[in-house]
Amino acid sequence: MADKLKIKNREIAVPGEVLAEGMGFVPSRGIRRVKDKLMAEQLGMISIEGKVIKLIPLTGVYIPKVGDKIVAKVIDVLMTGWRLDTRSPYSAVLSMKDASSDFIQRGADLTQYFALGDYVLTKITNVTSQKLVDVSMKGPGLRKLHGGRIIEVNPHKVPRVIGKEGSMVVMIKQATGCNILVGQNGWIWIDGEPEQEVIAEKAIMKINSEAHLSGLTDRIKEFLEKETKKKITQGEKNESKK
Amino acid sequence: MAEKEHILKSLKKGIRYDGRKLLEYRKVSIEPNISDCAEGSAQVRIGKTDVLVGVKLAIEEPYPDTPDQGKLMVNAELRPMASPHFESGPPGEKAIEIARVVDRGLRESKAIAPEKLCIKAGETVWSVMIDICPLNDAGNLLDAASLGALTALRNTRFPVVKEDGKTIDWDAPKTSKKLELAKEPIEVTVLKIGEFYIVDPIPEEEELADARMTIAVSKEGLVYAMQKGGETPLTIDEIDQMVEIAIKKSAELRKSVR
Amino acid sequence: MKARSDGRTPDQMRPMKAEVGVIPNADGSAMFKIGNTVAYAAVYGPREMYPRFLQDPKKGILRCAYNMMPFSGHGDRVRPGGSRRSKEISAVTENALRQVIDLSEYPNAVVDVFIELPQTDAGTRCAGITAAAMALADAGLKMKDLVASMSMGVLDGEILTDVNGHEDCVLGATDVPIAYIPDFDKISLLQLDGEISRETLKKLLEIGKKKCLEIYKVQQKALKKKYKVD
Repeated sequence: MADKLKIKNREIAVPGEVLAEGMGFVPSRGIRRVKDKLMAEQLGMISIEGKVIKLIPLTGVYIPKVGDKIVAKVIDVLMTGWRLDTRSPYSAVLSMKDASSDFIQRGADLTQYFALGDYVLTKITNVTSQKLVDVSMKGPGLRKLHGGRIIEVNPHKVPRVIGKEGSMVVMIKQATGCNILVGQNGWIWIDGEPEQEVIAEKAIMKINSEAHLSGLTDRIKEFLEKETKKKITQGEKNESKK
Repeated sequence: MAEKEHILKSLKKGIRYDGRKLLEYRKVSIEPNISDCAEGSAQVRIGKTDVLVGVKLAIEEPYPDTPDQGKLMVNAELRPMASPHFESGPPGEKAIEIARVVDRGLRESKAIAPEKLCIKAGETVWSVMIDICPLNDAGNLLDAASLGALTALRNTRFPVVKEDGKTIDWDAPKTSKKLELAKEPIEVTVLKIGEFYIVDPIPEEEELADARMTIAVSKEGLVYAMQKGGETPLTIDEIDQMVEIAIKKSAELRKSVR
Repeated sequence: MKARSDGRTPDQMRPMKAEVGVIPNADGSAMFKIGNTVAYAAVYGPREMYPRFLQDPKKGILRCAYNMMPFSGHGDRVRPGGSRRSKEISAVTENALRQVIDLSEYPNAVVDVFIELPQTDAGTRCAGITAAAMALADAGLKMKDLVASMSMGVLDGEILTDVNGHEDCVLGATDVPIAYIPDFDKISLLQLDGEISRETLKKLLEIGKKKCLEIYKVQQKALKKKYKVD
């Protein structure tokens, strides 16, 4: 049976769609093999590199992963810590010992540190097989988020919002003068002047809906220039990204 | 997901959370006759808020104390399809408030003259049943529901009644006889956040509002029903300002009604 | 061949329309219209499952809720609130879809599917399943395939494709709702209301499969259209 591709590079595949026939192709995550047919298991964009067929999911819920920096919300204050909404089916626990570099006394009022409704930038330190999640506030940049606004993008679009080596988010920061922190879970914190926050939000939502289309960087650059009425000069390659 | 001080800082500069002006509505689109199983229906979109409203008619016995008057009932269900915050089950506080406020606007303005719904005094009258079903809640369900109810009523046609005068012939196509509306109230919800007034709130604004007023206004600029919500009390002057805003905005919205 | 009440031939489907992503708040959503039957489906999840005692530590749970809007019936207003019929339809909908969904990666979570109909003319549970399958894919869930569903029928000995309300309720046709999973070549929903011989049933199912494939193509197209490069 000759190897035969049934789909083109960068085409959208739907669950159950036959992508290729033949044993010469190598499927990756999101694609399953049934006898000699390769089929998509998820809605996504196909990327073909030689004989390797990849499926890039366009949408889907966030699943907590160790090492991820996420924006999370305090939903419960416990005896020895806090419970956080991670924007996934699995909430996280921040225990007292991981909450701060300061020593927190037993019996102290935990709401002094983090209260119900507070948003934080935190790091996932452990995920069990039953999807119990631990987070920690100890680390560079991790902190409670004051002011600003939180917006939601699909977690799968986060890499495009950040861009190669942070270039996209840096461009938006520079154009709008806003502080922006992107959580891997798709929650993004923006803080700046009101009109500029609106522009930053619109730019990020534009990436959210157009992430799979080519020429994204140029279109976002054009959008920002039009909205802020300022020209964008290419930022330094070594710009430190928050 | 916004802090009050943050929104107030923005409102001071004349900018809403989503960049609109304080008294600016999102895009309003109204489409009549979205369900041909209903006697009248409409779909109203305000921004991303999407509401379906349907009117069903029935022939019933009148209430004993009003033998020559028809009946009106408004029901709203906030089903979990429309928002992660809605739960299944019987209508809660929010759904009941929407239904009752839309009802009040129609009933108090006598939008439908109840005598016009009489078929045979003491025996049979028309019962008008309005059901409000949001598909997506992105804020301001009340105004969308009100516009939907009005549009659905404007497009309501009577079904054929069988020879016995009290059974509807559901297999026959609807007659061309339309429901007559004496008044056409449109409800506008005005919110107060700090010292600022806004209309057409998104959920972030609804959560932070100090007070809100829904005001039903007729074509002639008369007020037929009002409902105050929110914990903060209002001065007479504040109420007056909100009524003025509602009158102005209802005239603008009226242009979109078909 | 005798013309049907709406002018169709016995093997003709009603016109179809599908759109994906119609409910922004939902994680996935779709609208499916076949003839005069319209179904909306919204998917929320995977999300934390409440009540807690229903959680399954081994895998996520699929939960469907079917509902007709009060003004969607051909006749009197339908009183809101669940009925025995809507509970049964919710259950068969779950079964029709469960077979293609893989929720092993989501222990203790639930995927809620809400189906609402503003307008009906027979084939409602089928339209709901068809819309739900698109909505689940739109939500990014892992699925072995989509599920396509419609109602076949038999009237006066003749096999009818996609029965309408008049045929079902007024003429009393035998109503056979089916759902088909093309990749498995298997049927995941099968109900029958009426009378049929074994041979006719087999013939009907073979025709039904082919017709479901037409719906399947509409589903695929609607899903891809949402992400189309303009």
